[in-house]
Amino acid sequence: MTSLLSVSGLRVGFGRDPKQNEIVKGVSFDLDAGETLAIVGESGSGKSVTALSINRLVDFGGGRIIGGSITLKRADGRVLDITGAQEPVLEKIRGSEIGMIFQEPMTSLNPVLTIGRQIEESFRLHRGLTGRQATAAAKDALDRVRIPDAARRLKYTPNQLSGGMLQRVMIAMALACNPRLLIADEPTTALDVTVQAQIMALLGELKRETDMGMIFITHDIGLVAGIADKVMVMQAGEAVEQGPLGDVLDQPKHPYTQHLLSAVPHFESGRAARSDFSRTQSEAIAPALTVDGLTVRFKVAGSILTRSPGSVHAVENVGFDLMPGETLAIVGESGSGKSTTARAILGLVKPTRGSFSANNGTIVDGSDPSVQMVFQNPYASLNPRLRIDSILAEPVIAAGSRIDTGTREKMVALLKRVGLPENSLLRYPHEFSGGQRQRLCIARALMLNPSIVVLDEAVSALDVSVQAKVLELLVDLQHEYGLAYLFVSHDMAVVERIAHRIAVLYAGQIVEIGNAASVLSNPRHSYTKRLISAVPSIERRNQHFELDTRQVPSLVRPPGFEPPPAEWQAYGPDHRARAEA
Amino acid sequence: MSMLRAIFSHSSGRIGGTIVVIYVIVALLGMSGITPHNPLQQFRIDRLHAPNAAYWMGTDLFGRDVASRLMNGIGQSFLVAFCSVALATLAGTVLGLTAAWFGKAWDGLVMRIMDVLLAFPAILLALLIIAVVGPGTWTSVAAIAIVYTPIFTRVVRGPALSIKAREFVDAARTFGSSRRYILTRHLLLNLVAPLTVQVTLALAWSLLTEAGLSFLGLGTQPPASSLGLMLADSRNLMENAPWLLIFPAVAIMISILGFNLLGDALRDILDPKTRRSAP
Repeated sequence: MTSLLSVSGLRVGFGRDPKQNEIVKGVSFDLDAGETLAIVGESGSGKSVTALSINRLVDFGGGRIIGGSITLKRADGRVLDITGAQEPVLEKIRGSEIGMIFQEPMTSLNPVLTIGRQIEESFRLHRGLTGRQATAAAKDALDRVRIPDAARRLKYTPNQLSGGMLQRVMIAMALACNPRLLIADEPTTALDVTVQAQIMALLGELKRETDMGMIFITHDIGLVAGIADKVMVMQAGEAVEQGPLGDVLDQPKHPYTQHLLSAVPHFESGRAARSDFSRTQSEAIAPALTVDGLTVRFKVAGSILTRSPGSVHAVENVGFDLMPGETLAIVGESGSGKSTTARAILGLVKPTRGSFSANNGTIVDGSDPSVQMVFQNPYASLNPRLRIDSILAEPVIAAGSRIDTGTREKMVALLKRVGLPENSLLRYPHEFSGGQRQRLCIARALMLNPSIVVLDEAVSALDVSVQAKVLELLVDLQHEYGLAYLFVSHDMAVVERIAHRIAVLYAGQIVEIGNAASVLSNPRHSYTKRLISAVPSIERRNQHFELDTRQVPSLVRPPGFEPPPAEWQAYGPDHRARAEA
Repeated sequence: MSMLRAIFSHSSGRIGGTIVVIYVIVALLGMSGITPHNPLQQFRIDRLHAPNAAYWMGTDLFGRDVASRLMNGIGQSFLVAFCSVALATLAGTVLGLTAAWFGKAWDGLVMRIMDVLLAFPAILLALLIIAVVGPGTWTSVAAIAIVYTPIFTRVVRGPALSIKAREFVDAARTFGSSRRYILTRHLLLNLVAPLTVQVTLALAWSLLTEAGLSFLGLGTQPPASSLGLMLADSRNLMENAPWLLIFPAVAIMISILGFNLLGDALRDILDPKTRRSAP
């Protein structure tokens, strides 16, 4: 019996001379119906190109298959050689036999058409349905991906739906014609963890219902454990290891797989939390930063005729303190107000109410040199037209100092400290990789000897193994300079590695705050529980994620609205959660 | 230096660059008086002489050497074009940057004024300004500068708005960098590429506008020469002395072709999206 899909010796090249510029160098695997293969690798490993070759979409990106074969068993039992197929045949195959989901649901849908129209299109093309039949089929498709109130949502345009909802729409479209093979290219990377868990649950359920084969591409080896039957690890265009899920995760043979498994921060429910700092020892020391009653509201603009409907309560009465040498992680999903909190502390957003004070008792305002920030995207946070020495000099100039030999020595020392070569000073940002750029950003933040560094998703944009190294550097620097970190992140596994304390933000309010080990191992608030149970982990194999369609409540409140004061309940010496109704 | 090499390895940049360099040399020679003859001297016996060895491009109705007048005229036209584009770039950059940075009412005010200016056809607006102030070389410089300021304001404001939202500007604000530092080092430095392209293309348009104004008798005043003025003088003699028309017309055409080719090449070279595909 031949399997559903069989790939052998696949080689793909790009550019004018594809043989010279090979991206995929001889990859082979088989996939049966009802089976899930996970392809794991870092950016540039060729995992997406491999997947795109299977439905030959790679041709449109400038790639050429230069060797090997891909055969697909079609619904009628015939075997099709995809590498040699003509475009008209491939058009029939795509959508009807091979469905595909992409990473960014926001950009994969046409923003000016209703989602109903876009789903109907695949029914029109592949099944010849028209008019009411197509609409009914589209509604069924949305029902299938558990979108509540499907009939009404058909008339929505993509901007009216959240990222998770859009990814469900994408899945509905991919499944419209009951494909026998589904290719999911990082389908949850752009989504929040709880939404990710929902999408994973949905994919698992649909796979069981329809018995289709699935290829799941991801960089997150933790996610693989929950869904895959087989795993293939790719590095630099080659499949370095493949086998059943258990074998690859428990007895990795290839050094790269071992490296991936050890480098990637795995979530361990608080067991891996840091224990190198304790609040009891430093009771006498004044906190490095105290935030009290921080509230940020953005007024919603009304039209000419109507009054403003109120304001968005982005951050509501947030308060915490931060000791020198301590890391407080602020976790939450997109829209929870975690970045707004960080930006307010740095004066990038004007708070409606609330105060910050630094260790010396002074009120912190925007340009306080003792508070510095490292941004999420290392590609956007360095001016591409400035040389590294100018970039590092900027905070010094801004503080009103002159650039002298002392400053240059400090630049060189800091560059060395963050692990960059000395000659970096005379280079431009584009000559550095993502991880190196983030090191540059860290060096820049340290130029003014700050006592507090705000890290806004500082490692989220980096590859997993680079993430681990940057986290290590951050911990070392914290010990060396006694820095206090405010670490804003959505990634629980990363937070576990760096945080001493954790504040969980939900809909603009802190719902739970306390010692990291305690919060992660014993969450008390229902939202924290949900958040932690959604985190994928190597130990959670073939898990059945629970399907949950709850949405984050709207943060728009009528003018003059004041939330009732929070009631807190203590669980242990340094762990408290908001009481729930 | 690498910029020059890039221009001359780009196929249309090579042609455009060569044309522009030749024109600039001719203009400099023409303005400094190094011409075959004195452009103002009237050789009475050789009036309306066809091109020959002595008068390379013939002579005009007053017996003046067309080649010398053409060189002088190119100099005059380039002077007006360069000065007016420099003024427009300066004004447009300042207005566009401040509009993008301060936003709100200032942005609204600046951009609405620019919209009004853009609503007029270029030559009509220039005519209006000259009608108020009176003709002359420097009035046409001012008029052309005002006509092209809105274009530069727009070219600067759009990208400035998007750069303003980039993280490195946020980062600069967290250090407490001064407004001047952010505007010059972060915004302006990243606007050099679109501005360079726009300056080159605007030079072509302002040459054309200057020629139009002089043709109508509102730009450079006789006896000084300019390309448009020479065209105007040739109007009634088109059939008897076609060289009076052909040489200035071809001169205008080739100069604009040169600037446009150079501008296209710069756009290819400076735009990171097309950089790799540029031959």
